[in-house]
Amino acid sequence: MKYETVIGLEVHCQLKTKTKIFCSCSTEFGKNPNENTCPICLGMPGVLPVLNRQVVNFAVRAGLATHCRIEPMNQFARKNYFYPDLPKGYQVSQFDHPLATGGYVNILIDGEKKKINLTRIHMEEDAGKLVHGENMGNPESSYVDFNRTGVPLIEIVSEPDLRSSEEARAYMVELKSILEYADVSDCNMEQGSLRCDANVSLRPFGQEEFGTRTELKNINSFKFVQKAIDYEVERQTSLLEQGDKVILETRLYDSNRGVTYSMRSKEEAHDYRYFPEPDLVPIVLDEACVEEIAKTLPELPEPKRERFTAEYGIPAYDAQVLTATRPLADFYEETVKLHNHPKAVSNWMMGDLLRELKNDDQEIQDCKLTPQRLAGMLDLIEAGTINGKIAKTVFEEMYNTGAEPETVVKEKGLGQIADEASIEKLVDQILEDNPQQTADYRNGKEKLMGYFVGQLMKASKGQANPALANKLLKQKLGSGS
Amino acid sequence: MSSELNIDRIARLARLKLTDDEKQKLAPQLAKIVDYIDLLGELDTSDVEPTAHILPVQNVFREDDPVKNFPEADYLSLAPKPDKGHYEVPKIIG
Repeated sequence: MKYETVIGLEVHCQLKTKTKIFCSCSTEFGKNPNENTCPICLGMPGVLPVLNRQVVNFAVRAGLATHCRIEPMNQFARKNYFYPDLPKGYQVSQFDHPLATGGYVNILIDGEKKKINLTRIHMEEDAGKLVHGENMGNPESSYVDFNRTGVPLIEIVSEPDLRSSEEARAYMVELKSILEYADVSDCNMEQGSLRCDANVSLRPFGQEEFGTRTELKNINSFKFVQKAIDYEVERQTSLLEQGDKVILETRLYDSNRGVTYSMRSKEEAHDYRYFPEPDLVPIVLDEACVEEIAKTLPELPEPKRERFTAEYGIPAYDAQVLTATRPLADFYEETVKLHNHPKAVSNWMMGDLLRELKNDDQEIQDCKLTPQRLAGMLDLIEAGTINGKIAKTVFEEMYNTGAEPETVVKEKGLGQIADEASIEKLVDQILEDNPQQTADYRNGKEKLMGYFVGQLMKASKGQANPALANKLLKQKLGSGS
Repeated sequence: MSSELNIDRIARLARLKLTDDEKQKLAPQLAKIVDYIDLLGELDTSDVEPTAHILPVQNVFREDDPVKNFPEADYLSLAPKPDKGHYEVPKIIG
C-alpha cells in the first residue's frame, strides 16, 4: 500500500533579547557554566518573575510577520514535569491563551506556492543544558548548566500541512528567513537558537483520518530535519507493511548514525497538568499597540521576492536566492541601482559571490566586496574595458583584497587590447603559424573561424577586444594574401 | 464521581515512591478530596467570566536591561553535589 506522509512542525526560536524572560540575567552565549543565573531562574522558593517587555515585542513581531492574529489577551501557564534541567519542576509557557493564533507561511515547492497554516505562536522559557557524565568525569552522572534556563523562546506550531521531508525543510528555511527579516532572533542553528520537533505520521492515500504519530525531538539543522523525517517515514512504512503498529512516542534523532530512537515509552506519556501561572499577570494588547509594532516591520521575504521578479524582471528562482537574507537583498538592490542590468548583477551574485561566501563560510555583510565595486566591475565589462573571462580574475581580486576594480585592471594589466595595431600583429603571427588552416579557410572552410578566434584569445591572454578581433581576422583571412 | 483515581499514575507524576500500604491508605483519601472539590462544578458559572488572575492587574513589564543581582552569591554551593561549575545529578540518558 502507498502511504501519505503527514508532518507538523513545532519550531522553537530563541528571541534576541539581552536578558532572560523573567529575570535580569544576561542571555549571552558561551559564558562559564551557571554564570548567568539568579534566584529567579534557579527557581528558588518565594521569588517573583517579571516579564521582559522586549519578549512581548519580539513575539508580536514574529506573529505579525507570519500573518497571525495577535490575541487581545494572553497569559502564561505552568507546564508541570520533572527533569533536572528544569529547576522549578514546571516550565512557564502558554496554554489556552497563547499570544498569537492562525497565520501561515507560504513555501515554494518546485516553483509552486504552498500555504502552510500555523496553529499558534506562544512565548515560553527555555530549559537548562544537560551535559552527560562521560564528558565530565563521572559517567554515572549528568551535569546541569542553568545559563539557558529562562532564556526567552517562541514556539511556532504548524498545522499538519506538510507532506514530505522536502516541504518540512522548505518550511524551516522560509521560517528562518522570516524571523531574520523580522529581526527577532539570530536564528543560529548551531547554537540552538532555532530548532524543531517534528510530528510524523503516515496514512493510506485517500484516508482522511491521521495515523499514529511519533514526535522527533530537538532537530537543529535543515539537513537533519530532512534526514530525520526520511528515516522515520521509512521506519513507519516498514512497520505498517509488516502489519505492525506505530506507537505514539517521542524519539530522538542521532545524526551520527542517521537513525531515530525511542526516548520515552507510551506508559510514561506526559500529563503536564497545565494551569494559569499565578505569579504573572495577563498581557493585554490593544489594537493601537499592535499597529505600532506592525509599522516597524520591514518588507518581508515573500513580498520582496514578488517585487524582485516584477521590478527587476529576474526569474523567480533568482529572486528566491537573492532575498534569502536582508543583507543579501540589500546588496543586490544597491548594486542594481548603480549598474542597471538586474540579470547580470543577479548572475554574478548567485554564481561567483555566493560560491566564494560559501567556501569561506562568510556572510555577505562581512566580506570585502561592496555593491559599488561590483557595479564598477560590471561597468568595465559593459564599456568593453574587460571581457567576462577577465572579469572573473578582477572579481576574485576584489573579493579577496577589497581593491577597486579599476585598480585591479591597471595593476594586473588586465585591460582589453583595443588598439588595432597590436591585434593586427597577433593576427599576422597566427596566420603565419597556421598555414594549413589558413589555406583551408580560404578554400571555404569558414567554420575554422572559431579556431582562429580561439588562437587569438590565447595569444592575447583573453584580452583582445572580441569585436575588433573578429573584424581583423575576417579582414586578414579574406584578403587572400 | 472521580473516585476512579489511578494512584500509581499520580504517584509517578509527583515522583513519589509509595508502599502498597500507603497506596491503600492514600487512594481513598485523595478520592474524597477530589470529590469534595468537584462540588464547585455544581455552581452555575455560565455568567461568570473566566478568571485570568486573582488581581485586577495586567501588563506588568520589566525593561530588557541586564543586571547581575547578588554577584557574590554562590548558588552552586547550596546544591547537594556541585562539581566543576555544574550541578551534578543522577544520570539522565544512557
